[in-house]
Amino acid sequence: MSMLISSTINGDTVDFICEPDETLMDALRNRVGLKGVKEGCGTGDCGACSVHLDGKLVCSCLVLGAEAEGRTVETVEGMSDGAKLHPLQTKFIEHAALQCGICTPGFLMAAQTLLENNPDPTETEIRYALAGNLCRCTGYDKIVRAVQDAAAVMRKKSK
Amino acid sequence: MNKEVKIPKMDFKSVGTRPIRPDGVDKVTGRARYGADLDLPGQLVGRVLRSPHAHASIKKIDTSKAEALPGVKAIVTSKDLPDAPAKAAGLEATLENCMARKKVFYDGHAVAAVAAIDAKTAKQALKLIDVEYKILKHVTDVDEAADPKAPVLHKDCLTRGVKPKPVKASNIARVSEFGHGNVKKGFKAADIVLERNFRTEQAHQGYIEPHACVASMSPDGSGELWVCTQGHFVFRQQCAQLLGLDESKLRVTSSEIGGGFGGKTHLWLEPVALALSRKANLPVKLVMTREEVFRASGPTSAASIDIKMGVTRDGTITAGEATLRYSSGPWVGSWAMLGAMTSFACYDLENVKTVGKEILVNRPKTTAYRAPSAPMAAFAVESMIDELAAQIGMDPVDLRLKNVAREGTRASYGPVYGPIGIEPSLEAAKIHPHMSAPLKENQGRGMACGFWFNFGGQACTDLNINADGSVSLTVGTIDVGGARASLSLVVAEELGIEYEKVKTVIGDSATLGYNEMTDGSRGTFASSMSAIMSARKAIDVMKQRAADTWDVPVSEVEWVDGHAVAKGRKKSNRPPLSIADIASVAEKNGGPIAGHTEMVADGAGVSFATHICDVEVDPETGQTRVVRYTVIQDAGKAVHPTYVEGQFQGGAAQGIGWALNEEYVYGDDGRLQNAGFLDYRIPVCSDLPMIDTQILEIPNPNHPYGIRGVGETSIVPPLAAIGNAVSNAFGVRMTHVPMSPPRILDALEKAELETA
Repeated sequence: MSMLISSTINGDTVDFICEPDETLMDALRNRVGLKGVKEGCGTGDCGACSVHLDGKLVCSCLVLGAEAEGRTVETVEGMSDGAKLHPLQTKFIEHAALQCGICTPGFLMAAQTLLENNPDPTETEIRYALAGNLCRCTGYDKIVRAVQDAAAVMRKKSK
Repeated sequence: MNKEVKIPKMDFKSVGTRPIRPDGVDKVTGRARYGADLDLPGQLVGRVLRSPHAHASIKKIDTSKAEALPGVKAIVTSKDLPDAPAKAAGLEATLENCMARKKVFYDGHAVAAVAAIDAKTAKQALKLIDVEYKILKHVTDVDEAADPKAPVLHKDCLTRGVKPKPVKASNIARVSEFGHGNVKKGFKAADIVLERNFRTEQAHQGYIEPHACVASMSPDGSGELWVCTQGHFVFRQQCAQLLGLDESKLRVTSSEIGGGFGGKTHLWLEPVALALSRKANLPVKLVMTREEVFRASGPTSAASIDIKMGVTRDGTITAGEATLRYSSGPWVGSWAMLGAMTSFACYDLENVKTVGKEILVNRPKTTAYRAPSAPMAAFAVESMIDELAAQIGMDPVDLRLKNVAREGTRASYGPVYGPIGIEPSLEAAKIHPHMSAPLKENQGRGMACGFWFNFGGQACTDLNINADGSVSLTVGTIDVGGARASLSLVVAEELGIEYEKVKTVIGDSATLGYNEMTDGSRGTFASSMSAIMSARKAIDVMKQRAADTWDVPVSEVEWVDGHAVAKGRKKSNRPPLSIADIASVAEKNGGPIAGHTEMVADGAGVSFATHICDVEVDPETGQTRVVRYTVIQDAGKAVHPTYVEGQFQGGAAQGIGWALNEEYVYGDDGRLQNAGFLDYRIPVCSDLPMIDTQILEIPNPNHPYGIRGVGETSIVPPLAAIGNAVSNAFGVRMTHVPMSPPRILDALEKAELETA
C-alpha cells in the first residue's frame, strides 16, 4: 500500500507517494525527480546519495521515504542560492575536485555539514569528515584542497 | 629540475593553462545526467537473474510462473539472444557472458532477465523463475586452475600458441612469448641470480557509478540506447551485431560516466536490455546493483608470476625472464600477453624472455583495469630490481638508471623506442626532496617505475564555426575526467581564440564516424589530434573566404591570433578579419564553415613514470599506511595540467588500494564473499596523504603539440613502490598483493624466526 508523504524539500513543500519499504533515495530520485541524489551502492558504504535530513547528514539509501514525513530534506539541487553557487561548489570546480563527478553531490553534502559545524577544520578533520564518501577518480587530494579553500572563503564572508 | 625538451616552434597560449571545465557546473548542481538518470515514457524496470553457483550445467529454465505474474512484460533467456549473429561477429564470449547458454561459469553469471512495470514486480518475478542446475566442480585460483588436475571449464579449450598443439583440454587458453637475446647466456654472465614467485589478487575498478542503461527498441526495428560507457561506437557496433541489426538502426548516446577505468569498455547488460525492450515493445531501464557490479562485471586478473633476474656486481642486468599466469575469467583474454609485454619495458636488456599464460577460472570475465596487466608485472620486476640492488650494494635508482631504456633501445616486447621519459623521471626522482626527507620509526621509503603503451586508433571529429564566431567541437570519445576542457583548449590554441569561445560536446553514435573508446589513454591524444586537423581545415576555409573578400590569392592571407591577415603588397592595409567577421557573412560567400576529420591517430607515445612512497607499518597489527607519495610522470605536453595531476593522483590512489587492501575473496563454494564496498574496501579520504605530482614534458614527436596519453601509467608503480617501502622498513620482501595486515604480520614473523 502506497503512502502519501509530505515534506519540505529544498525549501519547497513537496508531496510524494512511496511504498512503505521504499528508500528516501529512491523516492527522491524516482518520485520527486531529484537525480542529483546518486546511487553508488544502496548499502550506506559510498555516500553518493548523501542528503541533509532536518539538517543532519544521512545516506538517503539507509532512510525510508516515509521517514521524511513532516521533515526537511536538502539535496545538492538546493545548495546554490539561485544562480549563485555555494563556495564549495565553486571551489570543487576550480580545484578539479571532481573527475567523473558521480560522487560530487554526496561530497558537497558532507563537506557542507562539516563546515557548518567546524568552519576551520584541519586537513585530518576534513579527511575523517569525508571518510564516508567514496571517490575513485581523484585520490581525494584535490577534494581536500577544495574544502580547505571553500572554508577560507566562507570564514572571510562570515566576518 | 629535470631535462626539458622543448617542442620546436611551439609557444603555447591556451594549452598548459587551467580553465574550469565546461561540465563543471552541471556536476556540482546535480544537473549532469548519468546512466541511471534518464527516464523515458512508458519505461519498464529490468532485473537480471544470476547464478548462485560457480560452475554448473543449466538443465532447465522455467519462466512460466514469472510470465504469469501481473506487471511482467518480458522475460529473456539465451533463447532470445541467439548464437548465430554473435558467432558471425566473433563475439561468442561476450554474448555468453551477457547471458549464459548451456553452463554458468561463475557466481553471478546471468541466466535470465525480466522487464516489469516496477522494481518490486521485477524482483518478485526473478524469484518465480525456476532454474535447474547440475553443479560441476569449480576452480577460482589462478595457479590451481593451471594445474593439469584442475576441473576444466571448456572441454574444447586446447592451448593456443604452443607447438605441438595439445590434444588434451586444459584451462591454459593461450600462451604468448616475447623477448630477445639468450637468457641462459645472460644468467651465466651474472654474478647474482634471483628467482621468486609474486602473486597479486584480483581487484575491481571500483567506479562509483554502477553499470546502467536505458534501451528502447521500436517495432520498426530501430532502436536507441542510453548508456554509461567508455565507447558508444563500440557498444553500438557490438550490440547491433548481437541483435542482428544494421548499425545505422541503433543510435547510442553516452551518458555522463561515473568512472570506468577500463570496466566500461565491455558489454555487460546492454544487449539484455535491448532484447527485453524488443520483446516488451517498451523502453527498459537496466541498472546493476553494487553487488552485481562486483559479482558480474569484469575485475582485473589475479596473477602469479615466476621471475628470474641476473645482475653483475657493477650493476648490469644480464638477463630477465618471467612466466606470467593471469586469470582471465571463463574466456580467453589478452591479459597475460599484456603482462608479458610490459614486464621489462622500462629497461634496456640484452637478454629477456617473457611467457604469458591466459588462465581460465570460475570468476567473472576479466576486463581492462587502467594499464591492464602492467601493475602485476611491475610488482614482480620492480621488487626484484630493488632486491638485486641491495645484494650488490647499489642505490636502487642508480641500478635502474644504469639499465634504463632510452631513445633507440629495443623494447623487450619488440619495437625500438623514440624519445621517452623513463630516464628523466628517474633523474627527477633522484633529486626530488622526497627522496632525502627524514623518516620516522617504523617507516620505510620505496620507489618503482612503470610503463604503459598508450593507444591511438580511429577518431572522427566535427568542428563548426558559428555565425557569431564561437566554435562548436563535436568529438566521439567520451570524457572521463576533463577531456572536454582539454579539447577546447587545443582548439582555442589552434584557432588563436579564447578558451571560452569553444564548446566541446560528445556526439552520439549517429552524429560522427566511428571513434574508438576512451581507453588506452587515447581520448585526449587521439581526439586532440583530430580536433587540430579539423581546426586547420576550418582555418583554410576562412583564409579562402578572406582572400575572396579582399580579391587576393589565398597565398597572401595568413592566420594570426584568430584573424585572417592580408600579407600581400596590395591589401596589407586592410584591417584583419576575425572569425566572427568571416562567419557572419558566410551565407553570402559559400555557406557554413566547418572542419571535419576522420583519421587513424597513429603514434601514441609510450608513457613512463617513477613513484616514490613512504609507508608506516604498525608492527603490532600489520596495518600499513602510506604517509607520503610522489608521482613523477611524462605527459608529453600537459594540455590542462590540473587534470593531468588528477590522473596521476587517481591512478596512484587506486594502486595504493590494490597494494594494501583490495582483493576478491572467494569461499570454498566458489562464491564471492565480499561483493560490497564494506568488505571490498577501496581507499577512503582518511586513508591517504596528499599525493604530490611532478609533470615532465618530453614531447611526443608524433603529435602536433607533443601530447602523450596520461591516464593509466600512474597505477603501474604503486604495488612495487609500496612493497619496496615495506621491505626497506623491515627487511622483509613482500611477494603477495594486497599487503593486508595478516600478510604483513606473517612476513614480519617469518623474518623474526629467520633472524632468531
